[in-house]
Amino acid sequence: MKKTSLLIAGLAATPASAASVSVTIPRLNVAEYHRPYVAIWVEPATGGTARTVAVWYDVKKGGNEPGTKWLHDLRSWWRKGGRSLKLPADGVSGATRAPGTHKVALPADLKPGQYTLYVEAARETGGREIVSVPLTVPAKAASAAGKSELGAITISR
Amino acid sequence: MRIKTLLLTAAALMTATAPATAHRQWLLPSATIFSGTDAWVTVDGAASNDLFFPDHQPMRLDTVKAWAPDGTEATIQNGATGRHRSTFDVKLDREGTWKIGTAQSGVSGTFKVDGVEWRVGGRRGPPPVGANAPQPNFVASVDEIPANATDLKLTESASRNEIYVTTGAPTDTVFQPTNKGLEMVPLTHPSELVAGEAARFRFLVDGKPATNLKLSVLPGGKRYRDDDGLMEITTGADGVAQVTWPQAGMFWLNTSYSDDKPSVARATARRLSYTTTLEVMAP
Repeated sequence: MKKTSLLIAGLAATPASAASVSVTIPRLNVAEYHRPYVAIWVEPATGGTARTVAVWYDVKKGGNEPGTKWLHDLRSWWRKGGRSLKLPADGVSGATRAPGTHKVALPADLKPGQYTLYVEAARETGGREIVSVPLTVPAKAASAAGKSELGAITISR
Repeated sequence: MRIKTLLLTAAALMTATAPATAHRQWLLPSATIFSGTDAWVTVDGAASNDLFFPDHQPMRLDTVKAWAPDGTEATIQNGATGRHRSTFDVKLDREGTWKIGTAQSGVSGTFKVDGVEWRVGGRRGPPPVGANAPQPNFVASVDEIPANATDLKLTESASRNEIYVTTGAPTDTVFQPTNKGLEMVPLTHPSELVAGEAARFRFLVDGKPATNLKLSVLPGGKRYRDDDGLMEITTGADGVAQVTWPQAGMFWLNTSYSDDKPSVARATARRLSYTTTLEVMAP
């Protein structure tokens, strides 16, 4: 019952033209591979507050070294607001993702205008990369690609 | 004899505003930006010429303190002093910006009794005297200067060496100036320093803007390049210095100030110094 109502609520809140971003995490041939921490956020093109769309980290790891310990390695996201976000955050935080392409819905309530979408990835015993894509709301198709820690980043409507 | 030499060297190092030829005192945190409230910062402290390579003298830990984001004093843990450097930990169990460091002050100088010169201070007490060594004319503090002393030449010295580390969102409470001596109030928060960007810091002497103050800013890693990378920056009329970071990494910042307005009775001059280590992130 709950599930159904959530689904309906989700449908109601999502305009027909809801935009999404596809984030590709490349498969890397390295001796020691850990899935990267990834943050996705949106900033107004003219500057302003960053809005976190998603942050993928080791949500479940607790103990002496909880998964939150390495969030600051997403150093741009951390400085732009990640550090004041209370985690886990509903609809924002999630577990790390395996290599492949992952589709993430963009917030439906973004006011029309110009934004920049950022995707930042940091990998344990690996590198860190940030990729930005211009985002127009209502969404137009746009894409960019990373070179090392991230593959194609594609905005679609 | 060897011990005596070592102690004397250490005492000279600890002099608050040592001349420019002295070794540089530094505190080096393992990091300055953390997440969560289970974070620990581990800090090295030493005095050496090249930053941040401990190859001369360890920092004494007895005056090192830490302050939590709310300004209350926190605990220094696991302190240890090696041949060339000291190390200690601070558990960052509350979110915000922490301050860790030392603030030292003392009076040193000379006076005469019946034409014979005596020495006062520093704060380490008299140098150890070997069995054969002549007894030096020495008193440890101003209070011990005899009433019949003449030719008093006393200098007050006060030094701060502080670092700032942040877990979670940054806060400003630990930057509240005491309005005594030489202090730094950041206009750009130390947890927001980025290569290629400008940062601004205000310097105060007794709470008033320290104008025309000369700062030395030095990057670490001296061994791996030819140039020492020194940046010399002067504060403006508002006491503000602007530093544009040439690259990411740890930077040592030092400045000193002298005047004839000591806060200690009978002293005629004072020397103040301020030192910090700042971490600059890649963009």
